[in-house]
Amino acid sequence: MKICITSTQDNKDSLVDLRFGRCQYFAIYDDEAKEFDFIPNPGIKSMQGAGITAAQEIINMKIDVVITGKLGPNAMKLLKGSDIKIYSLEKATIQEAVKSFKENNLTEVTSSVPAHFGMGGRS
Amino acid sequence: MKISILSGKGGTGKTTVATNLAKTLGYMYVDCDVEEPNGFIFLKPKIIKDNEVKVLVPTIDYDKCTLCGKCVKACQFNAIANTGKDIMIFEKLCHSCGTCVLVCSQDAIVEKSRTIGKIDIGETAEIKCIRGLLTVGEPMAGPIISQIKGMIDDKDVLIDCAPGSSCNVVKAIIDTDYAILVTEPTKFGLHDLHIATQLVRKMGIPFGVIINRSDEYVNLITDYCKDNNITILGQIPFDKKIANLYSKGKLLVEDNEYRSMFLEIAQKLKGVVLCS
Repeated sequence: MKICITSTQDNKDSLVDLRFGRCQYFAIYDDEAKEFDFIPNPGIKSMQGAGITAAQEIINMKIDVVITGKLGPNAMKLLKGSDIKIYSLEKATIQEAVKSFKENNLTEVTSSVPAHFGMGGRS
Repeated sequence: MKISILSGKGGTGKTTVATNLAKTLGYMYVDCDVEEPNGFIFLKPKIIKDNEVKVLVPTIDYDKCTLCGKCVKACQFNAIANTGKDIMIFEKLCHSCGTCVLVCSQDAIVEKSRTIGKIDIGETAEIKCIRGLLTVGEPMAGPIISQIKGMIDDKDVLIDCAPGSSCNVVKAIIDTDYAILVTEPTKFGLHDLHIATQLVRKMGIPFGVIINRSDEYVNLITDYCKDNNITILGQIPFDKKIANLYSKGKLLVEDNEYRSMFLEIAQKLKGVVLCS
């Protein structure tokens, strides 16, 4: 199983980026190899549709589970359409996020926030 | 003569100036502020025709689609995604460029039209009026503005623009012969006027300024115009009578005092336009 956590920096002690589409990095945790891989989120450079770009990248990487703070309607629709499970949390590090997931302490996301939520009110 | 009316800052009085000047000059009035067109409230034209505005968006023919994802890669607006099971189209992000149709090697993409708003054509006893109306929730005003501009059939026209200096304003003021920048003597008014000034200068459109809600004849806007060699076409006072007329949906030129004020502005405008 491959888990993707939205991350503010490229190491396992960094904080989870609570924005999905415009997060800095994807922390990819491979459950079998028990290893982290960090890749920059291509969505952050998008003029529009950041959530879609980020979600498409996650689909292409064959991720099974996404852990993030909040995500918008388009990203939500796309990830759900690909049967990817989405879990949400508050402040935590990447390592803590994986641990919480393993212990079944995370809640599954079923609703999205409005578009452009992660841009601090800018449209 | 095509004259555009813009402001930078919102709520400075673009529509007040545009509607009253259109009536004073006998020019056609065109409302390109399609997200909130309100000029018709004051001019009260009889609407004689309306046209729907449509844009093209892709649809997928799944009998032909192989989910290859070429369309996803080609889309510059992130409007197409591939879930691995189907192709998702995010219609509101689509700019109708047609690239997805061109790159599809299976001919599996067909464009259909989607309505995003309408254009009303009306007339008062004296002038023709057009306004664009973007449907609430639609993000893209550009196609409506472009279509309105193609419908202008009078040679003398006043184009009322959206606030700001975005693509919507650029689309509305392009090809106009002169621009009127409406502002107010506040720091916000000045800040955004400066941006609007840079825009019209860059686009090579000659322009002048009208100062609305002006308490003092010399103020921070007059100082700015003096320093930057910008013509001031007129100053509209900060007067309760104006607020009263406005709140009743009346034109200021229905009042004698303000009719002569707009006649003066119109005269000055004609003079500077001839010299520009």
